[in-house]
Amino acid sequence: MNTLPRETVLALYRQMQVIRQCEEQLARSHQRGLIHGACHTYVGEEAIATGVCAHLGHKDVVFSTHRGHGHALAKGVPPRELIAELFGRSTGCSLGRGGSMHLFSPAVGMMGTSGIVGPCILQAAGAGYSFKLLKTDQVAVAFFGDGAANNAAFHEGLNMASIWKLPVLFVCENNQFATEVPSSYASGNPAIAIRGVSYGLPGIEVDGNDVLAVYDVAGEAIRRARSGGGATLIECKTYRTRAHAEGMGDFTYRTREDVEEWKKKDPIAQFRANSEAQNTASAEDFAAVDAEVQAEVAAAMKFAEESPWPEGVTATKHVYCEV
Amino acid sequence: MRDISFMAATLEALSEEMAKNPRIFVMGEGIGQRGGNFKTTHGLYDIYGPERLCDTPICERGFVGMAAGAAMTGTRPVIDFMFSDFVLDAVGEIINQIAKMQYMSSGRLKMPVLLRGCIGIGHSAATHHSGNYYPMYGHFPGLRVVVPSSAADAKGLMKTALNCDDPVIFLEHKEILSIKGPVPDGEHFVEFGKARIVREGTQVTVVALAHMVHKVHQAATKLAEEGISVELIDPRTVSPLDSDTILQSVHKTGRLLIVDEAFAPYGFGAEVAARVADQGFDDLDAPIRRLNGAFAPTPYSPPLEAAIVPNVELITQAIRDLLDE
Repeated sequence: MNTLPRETVLALYRQMQVIRQCEEQLARSHQRGLIHGACHTYVGEEAIATGVCAHLGHKDVVFSTHRGHGHALAKGVPPRELIAELFGRSTGCSLGRGGSMHLFSPAVGMMGTSGIVGPCILQAAGAGYSFKLLKTDQVAVAFFGDGAANNAAFHEGLNMASIWKLPVLFVCENNQFATEVPSSYASGNPAIAIRGVSYGLPGIEVDGNDVLAVYDVAGEAIRRARSGGGATLIECKTYRTRAHAEGMGDFTYRTREDVEEWKKKDPIAQFRANSEAQNTASAEDFAAVDAEVQAEVAAAMKFAEESPWPEGVTATKHVYCEV
Repeated sequence: MRDISFMAATLEALSEEMAKNPRIFVMGEGIGQRGGNFKTTHGLYDIYGPERLCDTPICERGFVGMAAGAAMTGTRPVIDFMFSDFVLDAVGEIINQIAKMQYMSSGRLKMPVLLRGCIGIGHSAATHHSGNYYPMYGHFPGLRVVVPSSAADAKGLMKTALNCDDPVIFLEHKEILSIKGPVPDGEHFVEFGKARIVREGTQVTVVALAHMVHKVHQAATKLAEEGISVELIDPRTVSPLDSDTILQSVHKTGRLLIVDEAFAPYGFGAEVAARVADQGFDDLDAPIRRLNGAFAPTPYSPPLEAAIVPNVELITQAIRDLLDE
């Protein structure tokens, strides 16, 4: 039973809707040729970034993966900066240097999405080491997929986070496919949460399409991390309902029926229906949020399309620090 | 000014900077109480404790990857990787993450990471403890690559590295670690991208790094007895590379030899040669020559090992040959 106040319920819903509507706009923009490189959407997985980041402040840091739009938005990157970045504009969150897979906004603790699978785990552990050394109560979060859980960075990062009791959350978004290779094929033991035991870390499995479940589990793990109790591995079971990347075929490795089944477990629709049934928020409340988000994302699109391109002469700036 | 070893000089640099900056910490295998395989952290554990002298598991990729995250969040990691061969497991983290981070973040994140360890052929260390690798790192934008040859330079360059917001690869040739040299008392910094003219000469310019500086110096001393005048230049940093000092020297001598223990193809010597061919072609009175380590992994057996490294005789001969051109 959901006992959260109405404002929190609506804030979680709003965040998921911002991610969903941005992603749908980006998918359409990709078809229109406005996005110049890859675009991996987070549709179907919104509950995870939302449930985790709801507990984080700007001083906490997130390290993300190639499917990172949702993490950036949930960490506080405004939709217009995300969309402008994918459009390659100078107003994007990485000033046009990054695109979908290199989203940076250190001011809000978004320390980057990455085109390489695995390093985010190590970087989050390194941030945790900084926080321990500097004696702050900040927390670092790594978001990664089931593919990264079979990468050496997972083993090395979790082991070191454990021996030094680092304030880190390792959030595995198990959407069941590493690109298009099934996790069941690629893993000697497909259960990921239980791997925490191997490193002396708590490992918790949670329904990644249930925002409240993620919110609860992440809240506890973050409290533990902040108070010196060390790292936690959280495996969020989920599914991406769009193709690996926009423009890719989708049914050589899974069926339309599989995807339709998972669409019934849509995290946003489920949360809304449950909240309405429990009277924690009303249909009118949700409709009002929907309208607000729609206006915000439309304005963000307009901002991105009207934004200037970066100047070619600046292409070699920032290779080294400027003193 | 007093004479101390290369090794003692870098320890002094690290110790002085750790005393000033509490955000500096060291990670590596056996760098805690043990004090480092090459005494790189000798005595520091007792002063700064286990959090700032952090012994790691054997997982180079892991702790180099952590260094990126630590540098992004306000600390200054020193990664002591012992042998440069070991850190090849972490090259993805170095090149894809550490070297590109400032660029990817459009300058909003700094990357004050010092990656240090030994390079070089000698003492039958064989092929997993003898690599050079600086040409490879010099290829990538975003990195500073330091290869000192003397105790004073080692100290001054390490102090600069520990105050630099760019990632620095600091490579220490293991055959020169115990060689003593004069090191200034007190604060001593050496700027990156400034070559040192090790000895002045008029007939031929020789460019060398690390251990090869010592070998060329011996060859030049021998040749001086015959009246042959060699100008020896140690660039000290491979990236940035001080082309100007080399070009000025070639302007004077008209001849250039690069002596490099590392492999020739796509290498340090090739880069120096290309820059001089581009910008100093009219100064050249003879073709540019290179003398490199053999294009092979490093063998164990002493006669095999000796056969792949430029020695004083080969260097002397190469200089004579170039003067005959």
